[in-house]
Amino acid sequence: MSLIALLGATEIGLIFALVALGVLISFRILNFPDLTADGSFPLGGAVAATLIAGGHDPWLATLAGTAAGAVAGLITAWLNVRLNILQLLASILVMIALYSVNLRIMGAPNMPLIGADTVFSPFIARAPDSQYLIQPLVLAVIVVIAKLALDAFFASQSGLAMRATGANARMARAQGVATDRMVLLGMAISNALIALAGALYVQTQGGADISMGIGTIVVGLAAVIIGETLIPGRTIMVATLAAVLGALVYRLFIALALNADFIGLQAQDLNLITALLVGFALVLPSLKRKFAAKRSAATKGSTAHDAR
Amino acid sequence: MMRANGLYKTFNPGTPIENPALRGASLDIPQGQFVTVIGSNGAGKSTFLNAISGDLIVDQGSIEIAGRDVTRLNASQRAGLVARVFQDPMAGTCEALSIEENLAIAWQRGESRGLKGALNASLRSLFRDKLATLKLGLENRLSDRMGLLSGGQRQAVSLLMASLRPSQILLLDEHTAALDPKTAAFVLELTDQIVRENQLTAMMVTHSMRQALDHGDRTVMLHQGRVVLDVSGEERARMDVPDLLAMFERTRGEAIADDALLLG
Repeated sequence: MSLIALLGATEIGLIFALVALGVLISFRILNFPDLTADGSFPLGGAVAATLIAGGHDPWLATLAGTAAGAVAGLITAWLNVRLNILQLLASILVMIALYSVNLRIMGAPNMPLIGADTVFSPFIARAPDSQYLIQPLVLAVIVVIAKLALDAFFASQSGLAMRATGANARMARAQGVATDRMVLLGMAISNALIALAGALYVQTQGGADISMGIGTIVVGLAAVIIGETLIPGRTIMVATLAAVLGALVYRLFIALALNADFIGLQAQDLNLITALLVGFALVLPSLKRKFAAKRSAATKGSTAHDAR
Repeated sequence: MMRANGLYKTFNPGTPIENPALRGASLDIPQGQFVTVIGSNGAGKSTFLNAISGDLIVDQGSIEIAGRDVTRLNASQRAGLVARVFQDPMAGTCEALSIEENLAIAWQRGESRGLKGALNASLRSLFRDKLATLKLGLENRLSDRMGLLSGGQRQAVSLLMASLRPSQILLLDEHTAALDPKTAAFVLELTDQIVRENQLTAMMVTHSMRQALDHGDRTVMLHQGRVVLDVSGEERARMDVPDLLAMFERTRGEAIADDALLLG
């Protein structure tokens, strides 16, 4: 794999690190299986792309895309806590609705941004030859800021209350935590991060496309699960780090698989590989346990033998 | 001080499984009193407790805590007034969070929660001192996950969490029912100690007549969603389990069929 391909994989990995952080909040911290991601990722992209194409400041456009994602998350959470619609179903409803919303926002199935100013433009202008290096760098800074901000939030009084809400809502209420409000806030933050990823994605890819959101949630979950397998740990700081690393490792694996000509895989095989990879990551922990149990049984057997 | 006045609660009204769990239950608990509540299965003990904690809102009647009408407030809105220990050791704490994080959540009970760090050095040393009073060695395990603790240890920490902040009433919901006899005795002793030291107003629901008479200052019995028996003072001090049973049968004019009440 060439350096350019490696950096390209890193770039997308960093964008999906933001998705992974969002999925970590909904699935792991709030215990809220949320599929809104497939709609909020393209929503962030559509809003940002439309504003940028309209000549607005790219940072402002990115911010607007992020805010739109927060609203999407709020709606999903509201459907669940106020109207008592099942979590999964509430998120599917919002995801489906967002498909139409995104088409409305863009006014067309796609919105090219070739030549438009992006958040990366000022940095690239200073070193025109190194776009492939600058984009991952800028993204890395954003991801690190997001990770540290989440770490700080989840160590705060409110953040701890949110974690308690997901872990044991009855106990949280008994301690005076307004759990409904925590779910609303958490889902807003989660989908804001995912929409931020979408807004940055369209700026690295040169445009938005209505189908860009398909499978976002699976990739985010893959990243979280791979991360947890690589660095297991219970603290929030470890969990956020694991999600970020999981996203990077996932994209690198995908790039490797697609680049290895001898396997004969092509871009259209991406979703199949993703499903296989997630499936593998899901069974890995139990495989590890089985292996460890076998090994410890073997050591016990051999020590018994030595003693004799 | 807690005043429950004529509470009614019916589950599944208008259906074949309609269940009138509370039918005019009233109870006044003055400041600093420790009341034990007994009753057979289905007497409405848990419903009564849940009505006071705000876990469910009553159909009729009123609840006043420390002079405040809380009838329409939910559990989280009442948390500043009500402290609580659950029957299930898993229910009162978050097993995925550390011991110090659980305590930090309880430290903010009923207060508004902001973006300030939930833990700091002075809080940790406070928690360490409080945990040391349990004599379980937990003061050295602040960052351990709650899930690593045994049921008894978790109930002890739950009790500590309930007493970290002042409350107008402490609700204990059969909080030793899930423990083995030895651990249950330890947790009960700890309960007495914490209630005494903090001069708490408390209500303990229990399945055991023995426990009900041995702990607290006053015993009430619930039957069919109402308070049917209320003993305290010298009368209670002279009582034993058979007396309580006889008194109950006299009041209701029927024998108790529930064996669980006779045991323990």
